Amino acid sequence: MLDHDVKYLKFKTYLNTYCPHCHNSFNVEKKEEKSIDFKAKYKGEEIDLRLSPYLDVFEVETSKSIDKGDSVDDLICPKCHKSLINKNLNCGECGSEVGEVLISAASRLIPFFICTRYGCEWHGLTKRDERHIKLKIPRQEMPEQDQKLRVHNYQEVPYGYTTELALLEAGRCLQCKNPQCVEGCPVNIDIPAFIALIAEERFDDAAKKIKERNVLPAICGRVCPQESQCESKCILGHKDDPVAIGRLERYVADYERKMELVEAPVITKDTGKKIAVVGSGPAGLTVASDMRQLGYGVTVFEALHETGGVLTYGIPEFRLPKSIVQFEINYLKEMGCRIEMNHVIGNVLTIDELLEHFDSVFIGVGAGLPTFMGLEGESLGNLFSANEYLTRMNLMKAYKFPEYDTPMPKANNVVVVGGGNVAMDCARTALRTGSDVTIVYRRSRHELPAREEEVHHAEEEGIKFKLLTNPVRYIGTDHNKVKGVECIKMQLGEPDDSGRRRPVPIEGSNFTVDCDMAIVAIGTGPNPILFSSTPDLKRNKWGYIEVNPQTMETSKDKVYAGGDIVTGSATVIEAMGAGRIAANAMHKKLSGKPKKPKKEPKKAVKVK
Amino acid sequence: MFQIVRKQEMARGTIIRFDISAPKIAKKVKAGQFVIIRVNETGERIPLTVADKDSFAGTITLIFQVVGKTTALMRSLNEGDMIRDVVGPLGKTAETEKIGTVIMVGGGTGVAILHHVAKAFKEAGNYVIGIIGAQNKEMLILENEMNHICDELVVTTDDGSYGKQGFVTDPLKKYLEERYDIKLVYAIGPIIMMKNVVKLTKLFDVKTMVSLNPIMIDGTGMCGGCRVKVNNKTQFCCVDGPDFDGFEVDFDELINRNMLYIKEEKDSLLFSIR
Repeated sequence: MLDHDVKYLKFKTYLNTYCPHCHNSFNVEKKEEKSIDFKAKYKGEEIDLRLSPYLDVFEVETSKSIDKGDSVDDLICPKCHKSLINKNLNCGECGSEVGEVLISAASRLIPFFICTRYGCEWHGLTKRDERHIKLKIPRQEMPEQDQKLRVHNYQEVPYGYTTELALLEAGRCLQCKNPQCVEGCPVNIDIPAFIALIAEERFDDAAKKIKERNVLPAICGRVCPQESQCESKCILGHKDDPVAIGRLERYVADYERKMELVEAPVITKDTGKKIAVVGSGPAGLTVASDMRQLGYGVTVFEALHETGGVLTYGIPEFRLPKSIVQFEINYLKEMGCRIEMNHVIGNVLTIDELLEHFDSVFIGVGAGLPTFMGLEGESLGNLFSANEYLTRMNLMKAYKFPEYDTPMPKANNVVVVGGGNVAMDCARTALRTGSDVTIVYRRSRHELPAREEEVHHAEEEGIKFKLLTNPVRYIGTDHNKVKGVECIKMQLGEPDDSGRRRPVPIEGSNFTVDCDMAIVAIGTGPNPILFSSTPDLKRNKWGYIEVNPQTMETSKDKVYAGGDIVTGSATVIEAMGAGRIAANAMHKKLSGKPKKPKKEPKKAVKVK
Repeated sequence: MFQIVRKQEMARGTIIRFDISAPKIAKKVKAGQFVIIRVNETGERIPLTVADKDSFAGTITLIFQVVGKTTALMRSLNEGDMIRDVVGPLGKTAETEKIGTVIMVGGGTGVAILHHVAKAFKEAGNYVIGIIGAQNKEMLILENEMNHICDELVVTTDDGSYGKQGFVTDPLKKYLEERYDIKLVYAIGPIIMMKNVVKLTKLFDVKTMVSLNPIMIDGTGMCGGCRVKVNNKTQFCCVDGPDFDGFEVDFDELINRNMLYIKEEKDSLLFSIR
């Protein structure tokens, strides 16, 4: 009876075991004994060796008794008669060589190691071997809803990692001494530390670790473009796939929420000062949470009837369930933040009036004004801005029409113009109403600005892509509804200022795409409401607020801004990063002393 | 939650007046601005122009005609009931400085908004001529209030059951022919009425402001559903309007856009009856 298992690999969860050479299956399911049979060599003699999983550990039986402290000479696959012994790896405790077989987990084959010394305990491996093994574990995919089923419902597409998959994936992290991933994260989450905690199965501590830097992990794990942030810096990514940091973040946050381990901190500090936050999107929520924890009275003003900003009205249910957004907002409320809905700041209260009541104001209103291309036929019926379409579907829950009063825009053929995340959201939402969807984008697939995962899901679900294509006009019926989009083919020319190759139309290549609904998802601009009552707020040439990037201070005293209203359309995590900077600067100014920096990741200290 | 403090039925119960307790909005709202309301959790967001306010009592007045599901639902509410969301004030304020003589033209429920704007024009010291119209005597609203505000008031009904028989454009034409000192015509009502008013004033080259009522969702400039073509440029009614120079508005397009959801409106109403 042995009472250890390899640190990162849990035996009981694996269904099938294979020989690495011939892929002969040592299947524990098929055989009723539920064990794995090997041939082994011992003292020149061929013997049978049986490993039976017993709970988390193994029982080893052999046909010939083996002396205590001895190990088998060789472990052989009974079918191809090749040796399973890996000469490069050693058991961390007893130093004997380990046998190697492949195990299928989540439809991928991964190597699995067995210590060959009979009688020796099932030991952990040495650091060097651990690293060797880690490099062999492939990046784990998340289980997903079936692609044929999911186009008929609005439930979330990926189910998230199971504990086993999370452990496997966490096991891949090399725990670099100088982690690049942390630098890739706009809010500098201590990524190796939280992954190490997952590997130790301390999921709640891992969640706390993330929350030191990021108040919305469940949301960021789902919507961050990790492939261009933390995961782009992962060392593993140079040769292989990077560690799935986003998926692990999501797992930890979901674990904490589902196990009801989330406890809002009791705020005992009270600075006696109050701040106002305009907009309850990601930037605003970050400022609210940070400032509340520092002991400020926080009031958040939201224009709509639901909190969350773009998280609520923009991102669809199947990508980010609204219950998660509401959960995070309840967390803020429990911490003691006041949230005032239905307040359009600029109209019902101006920034100047807010400054009479509050010591400081943060503006995080986002970029919510849809833009159109100014083409012929843009006022036709069934032609929507992405914002209108998503607002109807998400905020007003039009997909539940007529239970909810807002009608659902429905059509047989839908054309979505644009290639960003919003375009993918529109396309996939339209698909779920039963439409055939075509995305029209003017550059090639390589330049699509959407997250890789979204493009992948969209393709999987059967959305057609017309790349290197740009609309030139919308054609209407006699009843003034869209019946087609006239497009022109494009080719990529020289790179422009942003480094992307500029698309150039090919003269005379016009063609028509038939549709009975069109959605324009080509970006947004700043909303003018706030500025009409606050003319002294300095803005740049695109109409966004100018700030000092170190402090997020605007040209107006005591007023800070961050998120899309400063940068133009960007990501959730960038908005949160801006919110964090603003909160630090605000605290510094209001208290006259800098905020204590959050704990930096512990650096290894060399012992002389 | 916002409480209905007073309910009054007008025009045989097809037009309803609500006074809603909303102190913050009452303090700020000016003539021409609107609010977005959502009656309950499953409700849609609809825009309603504020017909009056009492900043002392902290109430705003909304007058609406029962045309669809949401307005039918609102009619069933009584004094003391709550409305889930009221957002506002939204839109730009009507420009009501002193310019001389103005004609205020209102039709149907448009009179409700008109009277708020007319009041502002009067308070600014203008000579206000009012022309209000309705289908028949019963559908006419706020005649007394308008009489009180306006220096001259003409009432028309389509069937001649009260006042002069005909459309509001008839007395308007007469005024435009007779008086040369008219600086501005301000028209609120059904789109077709505003279109005809503008057609007429164009002949006399008198500046005309119209207050538009397109389909809206959020009312804060976010969705672009309320886009109208003004001077061949796309404008958002909720942030750039609702008042526009009537000569520049593309009314035909507005009529088309407002007809888009008639079928769904019916479906929704039927669903709620079932």
